[in-house]
Amino acid sequence: MLHISNLGCHKGDRLLFSDVSFELKPGEWLHLQGDNGSGKTSLLRLVSGLAAHSIGHITWNGPPPDAEPTPPSRADMRAHVVYMGHQLALKDDLSAFENLQTHAQINAQTIDDSQAMDALAQLGLRGREHLAVKVLSQGQKRRAALARLLVSPAPLWLLDEPFVALDTKACDRLTHLINQHIDRGGMVLLTSHQAVTFTGQGHAYRLAA
Amino acid sequence: MSGFTAVVKRDVTLAMRRKTEVITAIFFFVVVAALFPLGIGPEMTTLRLVAPGILWVGALLASMLSLGRLFAADYADGTLEQMALAPTGLTVLVAAKVVAHWLLSGLPLVVLAPVLGMQFNLPADALWILTLSLLIGTPVLSLIGAIGAALTLGVRGGDVLIALLVLPLYVPTLIFGAGAVQAEISGLGASAHLSILMAMALIAAVLSPWASAAALRLALES
Repeated sequence: MLHISNLGCHKGDRLLFSDVSFELKPGEWLHLQGDNGSGKTSLLRLVSGLAAHSIGHITWNGPPPDAEPTPPSRADMRAHVVYMGHQLALKDDLSAFENLQTHAQINAQTIDDSQAMDALAQLGLRGREHLAVKVLSQGQKRRAALARLLVSPAPLWLLDEPFVALDTKACDRLTHLINQHIDRGGMVLLTSHQAVTFTGQGHAYRLAA
Repeated sequence: MSGFTAVVKRDVTLAMRRKTEVITAIFFFVVVAALFPLGIGPEMTTLRLVAPGILWVGALLASMLSLGRLFAADYADGTLEQMALAPTGLTVLVAAKVVAHWLLSGLPLVVLAPVLGMQFNLPADALWILTLSLLIGTPVLSLIGAIGAALTLGVRGGDVLIALLVLPLYVPTLIFGAGAVQAEISGLGASAHLSILMAMALIAAVLSPWASAAALRLALES
């Protein structure tokens, strides 16, 4: 369970957002909304642990043991999250298959070839698994990156604008995959400018500037 | 396969698919080392005198050529973010990247050095010590260079800045590396120089991945 209380974020001298509090239980999703520049991506980066937070708490399993303000820290969520940012983290000269295998190995997961092929096929890349990523289209690249979600055991998916560049068929596939994940007791925290609905408990959270 | 070997394998595979970067560094070393005898003239004793310094400076600059791209590509395409989130730990993965950098731009220099050394009329013993000193010294260059590359990540004009940051730190390696060959030529024996070089390699191996990872985290935070 992800627990966020009184989280705030500064960019330079500017306060991006403050007093953000919410909980995400297994089988729940949360759609993060807000204007451009309201701090959606920053919030996801704080939760993932890529950036350190100075205000508030991010904890996994339960509220913070003490309510005292802690010094700047980095949430250690590495074992719990899989993060899909704006950058796809694909190597142009490797194939989608090789990219997926390398990513899994770096994350200390052991996946066999059929698992990797299956994940890519589920995202509609059948037949293109062994093409260098540089010859794929934007949408296909994003699908290749999204295949990571399927091989990751992490319960919490952090998705930053996952529907960008995807065609309607791929959007449906992704929605289906997110539903499956939620049904299995996973959690999804995503930003999107489109209206989204998934199965299970979910709500929208608006970041006020 | 562990995260460490996965990163080494990935970086080597990528370099093999885009060979120009590796070949540039090797060719640079060969050309620089080949130009000096042409410029200085065929005086055997002079050549033997300047050989250790020239070969070492050549190796040092060649190894520095590819430093700018050590983390830049991973930073630009988001791979670095994913590496920072991996349970293996960024420090271990950075160490793997340094190993890959050495395999691609350090090891070829070690292999080529004795061949180039022959142009300078170096005796067989000195050629052997030159190779050995580069074998111990080039990893130090990659390790120190990684810190510079990490600190200048995302900075405009970073390539020039790397040179300014890293070259002064290369000085001790250069002194003891080239010094080992000179000591061997003058009959003093190279073991003292090589021991100090080895000590530098061990210290750098412990501190550099940690320092580089810390610098990379700072770059990722902004």
